[in-house]
Amino acid sequence: MFNNFPLWPTNASTIAGDVDALFIFLLVVTGLVSIAIFILILFFAAKYRRRPGIEAEQVEGSTPLEITWSIIPLGVFLVIFAWGAIIYFHERTPAKGATDVYVVAKQWMWKLQHEGGQREINELHIPVGRDVRMIMTSQDVIHSFYVPAFRIKQDVLPGRYSYTWFHATKPGTYHLFCAEYCGTQHSGMIGQVVVMEPSQYESWLSGGATSGSLAQNGETLFQQLGCTTCHRSDVQGRGPNLVGVFGKTVALEDGRTVTADEDYIRESILNPGAKVASGFKPIMPTFQSIVSEEQVNQLVAYIKSLGRPATGVAGTPIVGSPQTQPQNPKVQ
Amino acid sequence: MATAITIPAEREHYLNKEHGISSWLLTTDHKRIALLYLLSITFFFFIGGFFALLIRLELLTPAGDLVQADTYNKLFSMHGQVMVFFFLIPSIPAVLGNFLVPLMIGAKDLAFPKINLLSWYLYVIAGIMMLHAMITGGVDTGWTFYTPLSTAFSNTHVIEAGLSIFVAGFSSIFTGLNFVVTIHRMRAPGMTWSRMPLFIWAHYATSIIQLLGTPVLAITLVLVVLERAFHLCIFDSTCGGDPLLFQHLFWFYSHPAVYIMILPSMGVVTEIITCFSRKRVFGYKFIALASISIAVFGFLVWAHHMFVAGMSVYAALAFSLLSYSVAVPSAIKVFNWTATMYKGSISYSTPMLYAFGFIGLFTMGGMTGLFLASLGIDVHVTDTYFVVAHFHYIMVGGAVMGYLGGMHFWWPKISGRMYPEGWGRLAALIVFIGFNLTFFPQFILGYLGMPRRYWQYPPEFQVLNVLSTAGSTILAVGYVLPMVYFLWSMRYGKIASDNPWGAAGLEWKASSPPTTFNFDETPVVTWEAYNYDEIPTPEEVAVER
Amino acid sequence: MSDSPATMEHGHSPALRHHFVDVEQQRNAASLGMWLFLATEIMFFGGMFCAYLIYRVSYFKEFAAGSQSLQLEVGAANTVVLICSSLTVALGVRAAQMGKRRLLVMLLLLTMLFGLTFLGVKAYEWHREYKEHHVPGFGFDAKNLIEEHPNLGIDPQHAQVFYSLYFAMTGMHAIHMIIGVGLFTWLTFMAWRGDYGPEYYTPVENAGLYWHFVDIIWIYLFPLLYLIDRKPLG
Repeated sequence: MFNNFPLWPTNASTIAGDVDALFIFLLVVTGLVSIAIFILILFFAAKYRRRPGIEAEQVEGSTPLEITWSIIPLGVFLVIFAWGAIIYFHERTPAKGATDVYVVAKQWMWKLQHEGGQREINELHIPVGRDVRMIMTSQDVIHSFYVPAFRIKQDVLPGRYSYTWFHATKPGTYHLFCAEYCGTQHSGMIGQVVVMEPSQYESWLSGGATSGSLAQNGETLFQQLGCTTCHRSDVQGRGPNLVGVFGKTVALEDGRTVTADEDYIRESILNPGAKVASGFKPIMPTFQSIVSEEQVNQLVAYIKSLGRPATGVAGTPIVGSPQTQPQNPKVQ
Repeated sequence: MATAITIPAEREHYLNKEHGISSWLLTTDHKRIALLYLLSITFFFFIGGFFALLIRLELLTPAGDLVQADTYNKLFSMHGQVMVFFFLIPSIPAVLGNFLVPLMIGAKDLAFPKINLLSWYLYVIAGIMMLHAMITGGVDTGWTFYTPLSTAFSNTHVIEAGLSIFVAGFSSIFTGLNFVVTIHRMRAPGMTWSRMPLFIWAHYATSIIQLLGTPVLAITLVLVVLERAFHLCIFDSTCGGDPLLFQHLFWFYSHPAVYIMILPSMGVVTEIITCFSRKRVFGYKFIALASISIAVFGFLVWAHHMFVAGMSVYAALAFSLLSYSVAVPSAIKVFNWTATMYKGSISYSTPMLYAFGFIGLFTMGGMTGLFLASLGIDVHVTDTYFVVAHFHYIMVGGAVMGYLGGMHFWWPKISGRMYPEGWGRLAALIVFIGFNLTFFPQFILGYLGMPRRYWQYPPEFQVLNVLSTAGSTILAVGYVLPMVYFLWSMRYGKIASDNPWGAAGLEWKASSPPTTFNFDETPVVTWEAYNYDEIPTPEEVAVER
Repeated sequence: MSDSPATMEHGHSPALRHHFVDVEQQRNAASLGMWLFLATEIMFFGGMFCAYLIYRVSYFKEFAAGSQSLQLEVGAANTVVLICSSLTVALGVRAAQMGKRRLLVMLLLLTMLFGLTFLGVKAYEWHREYKEHHVPGFGFDAKNLIEEHPNLGIDPQHAQVFYSLYFAMTGMHAIHMIIGVGLFTWLTFMAWRGDYGPEYYTPVENAGLYWHFVDIIWIYLFPLLYLIDRKPLG
């Protein structure tokens, strides 16, 4: 029972060090202030304890003192705020060119799929030293993707994508928790993140039997569902040409514009009438309850891959040859 | 009925004026209603405490072995709902506030005595609904009722529990309404706003939150019930609704609700510290202003519960910044209490020990709040035991310490008897030690990454959990003790004089216990609050005799 | 009830409760209490208005189409009925102040009649929406909305959000109306007994305030629900 008794969590991502540094700063500052207050109270309590014949000496309040002890804490708070905000901003801004992993959470299980099509349940294998972005949605209630060793957490909501990313720095096996209470087996919705050396990771990737990459499956699905009838890749059909649309700004029929990110593609599949691209009629039927969350992910991955340099097999250039990828400059 | 006590009947007061069950159940006397509340919230406190002990026992081992997962989920859900809505929110306002607000401002009663009684009946109805929901199977959504778990997936008694809290909410609204009107309209001549005890200022601020926050929770729960019962589509993402909207509406009340719990406690502590330091309060205006600004800023920070929920980055930045604005007035209060002790004449009576405990625990709770308001750290520790420890330090370490301190301080006024001082100090010490042993390890657990609401957990978290469970048994002893000696003192306690502490404040000018309409003649106030330089200490009074 | 015998002992107004210093203080307290209560009511409806605002911005098409499916004339007529009831209740307060017992009773009855008329018309509208399958949870579908606006790309789910809010808001409003009618029934009885006069009319005044508040809520609900966009949507 006592041989495994940590007092500080493992630090295994680039963010973790930043969070720890701020945490230690706060521990020191709040610790010192608290101890000062406690000592002062104990000192007053002892020094001014009630003794016969000695009366309390009335002291009026002091406005300068009040202002001092309002302004100084406020200044300290602003420092803490700014520092925390910088870390948060970093946490919420995924680096370009990160490896995507699609996550579908359900009561009480994590279903993950890599770009190359490898599926995992309650286990995530990722390489050390690379940015990995999680594109997550839930099939039922709200869950939360939490890896303490990475100091990251993100709620996973039904009906939309939420994202988080990390850059693992240390090979090992770490806890994956569901942190948002999700029903009976909430505490059973746990798993592990296995961080591997790139070479091991490659062999793991090739060892997993897949039936095609996400984008390939998405392409098959795209044809099976008859999407190609309207969304043609050669000419403009009744629906917009989707080649190269990902990441672009799309003008809408009602005058607004949106960025064609994962969420927009997802929404356009499930609620096609919500944001119709300019120049098109709202004739697309909804695919809600026709495609599963996993299939939506495949379609999204396929549409993202359209118009990329290596068309079709989007997973290959990114997942397959990590050595050729430029390392993220933020690596520490 | 514990209230049928036999004080030698030489003098008529609110306790012996009338007898019989109906004289209690139909009373409109704010003091009797306060006692009705005292009984009922004590009942719910021990129910909630019993659930807490079961939770701690389950967590003694990493495996889920004492109770089933379902049972465990119901235990922490009902622990939260009972403690928040049936103990903490009514605790100080409905018991001490009810008893003291009219006394402290020199009024004969609250402005609307019948509505006051109605509040209690609403509370009882809500309590019976909650008990019924518990007995027939409980509810397992957590006290937060997050959708879509509560509307579409849980198969427990969500509707009944939700409606119960809806009703309890109106009980709380009416209490707050009564206080605001009473404070505005019923003050004795000379009792100006700047002469009011800070306890009253704290209750005024609390009441504002009750009035403006609680209705939002009420409508939110109604919408949850409608969505669950009739499949209305407001929060459900499968039909176009937005579960985050629920969280925004829920926390719009439930964050300020924390201040409903802690502000009255701060008021109590101010009264105690001035009395047992024999000092005018340091920075009266600043403490009063701090109470009001906590109430106002408290309404602007709710979304700091949702930093990882999927809000936009910029919204999160704004709410983080605003959260620090609440920390400033809280810090001001702590500094002022400390400064009040300077050059005082400090006695270590039981209420003062609780006040020391309050400052210590509230400071730690507040300081860890700074961690949580910081975005970068919150992402890691939100929804872990760090949060659990933090809010227990505020709501149990803070609010309950203040409540117990206040109960000891005003017990002579309420019952006309003194509690046993030695036992009182012992209990205060036990509560303080037990509390820290229970909840301090949870900060470490949280930073290590143990998520909250876990029925089973990885074995490396066990040592800290064992410590926490051990602490909780000590804490339980500390909470049972006062109940025992309070009951004992009602019969055997020393008869209390009208002002056993030599305290300032109009309530001590009334007899102990007070008569039904508090004062024989409406008092006229010609002095500032906390005029301790003009009031003899109890020791001096004893010497003179 | 310890205060009723107490009032007998003293010589002052029978309506003055013992814990107040004078009638003035009592009236001020009651009035402040009522206004505070109305503030809580604003927050109560505020939660739904907030939800409405968010969804209206996100799902404007469906909200506009849903709004057009409501009968404008009926809603407008109902608004007039409710404004009339506000007038009668205001006159009622005046009658109470002047001590005109018969007039007060008549005006209260008239107010209740207007209130019940409103509720009846509302029930008719709900029934119509039920027949058109516009009640969420009771075989909801948005077929006729889509047929009416074929080029709009109506999302039935978003339309369902509109009707959910419509029923939640008008339903909550109707419950408040029913409570109001209940209050007036009691007040009419008390007024008939002659309890109110120039000395003591606070209950009439406060019930009147409450009724005006319920009216004002409707004055907001009517344009927010019926008048979102009345020009042809395509």
